[in-house]
Amino acid sequence: MSAQAATAGLAGEEEATPRGQGSDGPAPVRIVVAYGFWIFLLSDIIMFSALFATYAVLSGQTARGPSGHDLFELRHVGIETVCLLFSSYTCGLGVLAIERRRLTFFYVSFALTFALGATFLGLELSEFVGLVARGAGPSRSAFLSAFFSLVGLHGAHVTAGLLWLGFMVAQTAARGPRDFVRRRLLCFSLFWHALDIIWVALLTLVYLMGAR
Amino acid sequence: MEQQASSTDQAPGVGDPEHSGSLATYTAGLGFALLLTGASFMVSQTDLLWPPGVPAGLAVLAIAQMGVHLVFFLHIGTGPDNTNNVLALAFGLLVVTLIVSGSLWIMAHLNANMMPASAVMEMQR
Amino acid sequence: MLGKLNWHAIPFDQPIPMAAALLVVVTILAVLSLVTWKGWWPYLWREWLTSVDHKRIGVMYVLLALVLLLRGFMDAIMMRSQLAIAAGGAQGYLPPEHYDQIFSAHGTIMIFFMAMPFMVGLMNFVVPLQLGVRDVAFPVLNAISFWLTASGALLVNISLVVGEFARTGWLAYPPLSELQFSPGVGVDYYLWALQISGIGTLLAGINMVTTILKLRAPGMGYMRMPVFCWTALCSSMLIVAAFPVLTATFGMLLLDRYVGMHFFTNDGGGNFMMYINLIWIWGHPEVYILALPAFGIFSEVIATFSGKPLFGYRSMVLATLAICVLSFMVWLHHFFTMGAGADVNAVFGIASMIIAIPTGVKLFNWLFTLYRGRIRFEVPVLWAIGFMVTFAIGGMTGVLQAVPPADFVLHNSLFLVAHFHNVIIGSVVFGAMAGYYYWFPKAFGFTLERRLGVVSFWCWLIGFYLAFMPLYALGLLGMTRRMQHYADLSWQPYLIVAEVGAVIILCGIVATVAQLVVSIRTRESRRDLGGDPWNGRTLEWSTSSPPPAYNFAVLPQVDSLDAFWAMKQRGPRRAAARYESIEVPRNSANGFVTAFFAVVTGFAMIWHIWWLAILGLVCAVLTLLAFGWVERVEQEVSGEQLANDERVRLRPMDPA
Repeated sequence: MSAQAATAGLAGEEEATPRGQGSDGPAPVRIVVAYGFWIFLLSDIIMFSALFATYAVLSGQTARGPSGHDLFELRHVGIETVCLLFSSYTCGLGVLAIERRRLTFFYVSFALTFALGATFLGLELSEFVGLVARGAGPSRSAFLSAFFSLVGLHGAHVTAGLLWLGFMVAQTAARGPRDFVRRRLLCFSLFWHALDIIWVALLTLVYLMGAR
Repeated sequence: MEQQASSTDQAPGVGDPEHSGSLATYTAGLGFALLLTGASFMVSQTDLLWPPGVPAGLAVLAIAQMGVHLVFFLHIGTGPDNTNNVLALAFGLLVVTLIVSGSLWIMAHLNANMMPASAVMEMQR
Repeated sequence: MLGKLNWHAIPFDQPIPMAAALLVVVTILAVLSLVTWKGWWPYLWREWLTSVDHKRIGVMYVLLALVLLLRGFMDAIMMRSQLAIAAGGAQGYLPPEHYDQIFSAHGTIMIFFMAMPFMVGLMNFVVPLQLGVRDVAFPVLNAISFWLTASGALLVNISLVVGEFARTGWLAYPPLSELQFSPGVGVDYYLWALQISGIGTLLAGINMVTTILKLRAPGMGYMRMPVFCWTALCSSMLIVAAFPVLTATFGMLLLDRYVGMHFFTNDGGGNFMMYINLIWIWGHPEVYILALPAFGIFSEVIATFSGKPLFGYRSMVLATLAICVLSFMVWLHHFFTMGAGADVNAVFGIASMIIAIPTGVKLFNWLFTLYRGRIRFEVPVLWAIGFMVTFAIGGMTGVLQAVPPADFVLHNSLFLVAHFHNVIIGSVVFGAMAGYYYWFPKAFGFTLERRLGVVSFWCWLIGFYLAFMPLYALGLLGMTRRMQHYADLSWQPYLIVAEVGAVIILCGIVATVAQLVVSIRTRESRRDLGGDPWNGRTLEWSTSSPPPAYNFAVLPQVDSLDAFWAMKQRGPRRAAARYESIEVPRNSANGFVTAFFAVVTGFAMIWHIWWLAILGLVCAVLTLLAFGWVERVEQEVSGEQLANDERVRLRPMDPA
């Protein structure tokens, strides 16, 4: 392709083209896909930032109801955090394994990732159920609306991630570690790591600052 | 879609196997992340820090941990092959900063000057 | 079973809404039966509905925009007619609750479903051609984006027939838009239509950013990109950064309305100012999402028809980037009067004035490009010059309102209405019309009729000034926006002049439609055989009109700005010596099917038909997964086939 590209239009004088500006023609598919997904992740983070801002503005508006100090249990949240961090780790190992075509190691890593993610989700759900049972549901106050929406949006992302993970494992099993499968696995790992970054912000702003 | 080798570009999340993207990087990343998380919990639960400085301390730890995640898990580096990824990230961060800090600043002023409707309702009870 | 939906949802008892509903239904049925009668369904399905070709998708975007321009304009002329007669004790012919729906629908449609699809469509069509590549980065995603946008437009128009539209203005400020004060389905139509189309727009923006940054012809460094690509890049970056905020904000309002949360309510600690703050974090960049591509179009048009390279290319790029960043720092100027106080108002007021500087730089660049150029007064140049004058006026009234104390007088008056129509019509509509005329021959292989184009331009220009200059005066006289009738008889003459202006704009729209019909009828005499009807400068003119599905058989080698101009200077083009096989994307029904289920889900949510909403959502996800399971999204065109195609295609383009 590169040799042919030069014959387009006019057989012209070859000038030196500036390098390092992506001027060597279209990038390979793997880079294009990962970059596009990176842009999507940034847009997702911006969506979260709108909810973070809303939470920060409304966190004091408890409408004479319970505040974060009354509700949050840090031990619970600590276990959630550890689950998420380890799942990010196993997800990274899984991607390393698939790049080296070590399928068994990949399946084990992704099974662990799924288990840890599901544990996180279960813990979060049990927290939500407990809060609602105590009369601290999302329609109790503006603070709780913002809390449930922000944490719930992260949880929804984790749920979508688990679905995607299952789909990718099935696809890897059916098609093998082909180029397009590995591209998608790379995107999945980016997604999963990005959820961790959001969780770090969430943990700090909502739980650690709120529980004091 | 055209395929062409490009030496000047890198996808986010793709580590150079010799430097980043290895078992050691992920393990180090996990170690740092756990360490920073532990520190955050400790700072929030104890009086290790001067109490009014705790939110600032927590924010610093959180930002450090996000950096760790970006570098060790997402492999966002400083090399020339990463320029596009970093520029996109910088723009995203700028927007996030503007949204969060701008909203907080504006809403603080609005609440100070014009009592929120819900507060008025509260007073009428 | 059917939630809130029953026969009362159809406005049998109200003559005007019923007539509008009938018009929509009859038009749609007429089009569908024509297509069926002529047997066009297989062709439509194969070549358009399932197409992932960026050119086809771009054309469909523009077509959607033109259709909704008609719909939005009907709303406009109904409002103008109402206000021309509803003076003193008269109530006019539109009751308040209907009038409120009309101005809300007008704003929503014109911004989200006319201006946005027009600009996104032009970007879609032009950018890959200008970059010298074969398609956008993610062709199937591009189709999904378009069909989601179309789904939103469909939902808004369904509201004409079934139920009602929002009566809350085009941004649906709470607490008015909360369930307590707007219990009907109008706000839900608004929210779901915009959520669905907003996701489409976001995906289109991601696609465009990736395309411009990662897919360019060999040799096309950043400083060799055409200015339109730069403005498309910045506009798409703003889409990626701003639309998620809109999604989040509408999401919170939906949670308030559907599950009783308290984000923006008056009770429970909610704070509706947060909505106004967030919606304008999206809303101000949105202005530039629309205006930047228009600036790019004018840059291309002015350079081409002056026969000169654009004056100050680098400063143009820098000004575009500066606007891109600054547009995120001025949002508060939309609510100076809502209590922020002196400190905040001063900061945002100054920031708003600063953003006029890069815009001024652009204006001077265009003027200096025209200066001593060999200007050909083709239709796009008329639009460009009309834009420069009109936009300068609109910009100045904008800077006036950036002064907070002045804004306290002008806020929510007709002065504001005149201002934003002045900048949006002046830049976006004029730009879209210029781009439409300029790139039409590239899309279809024949030029548009010139005389009717000139008529359309003059009608729009004169009509615009007659319709909106009186509004500036009325604003200063104290008339506020969104009034269904008024007591002060001295306002009536101004509003009658504005009505005349709207009628003249209508003539301009009719001329545009007539131009299209006449051009299609006489297309044989206006074929664009060479592919370069305007003596263009950028790569889209180096391929045939219309271009083949793969745009370029061999990617062009770029070694300067205005790449095609440089190629032409070096002599006639030659066919490549040898063709290698290439891959082109296959058609995919993914976008159409997913969007169908999105409409079902949205409609079911609006009417609280929960089982249908869940079913629609599950089907939409399954559609995406099913298409994701299929590996091959591309097919190969062999080198020999390519060589044959190229021989046929290049024959008329070769002067020798």
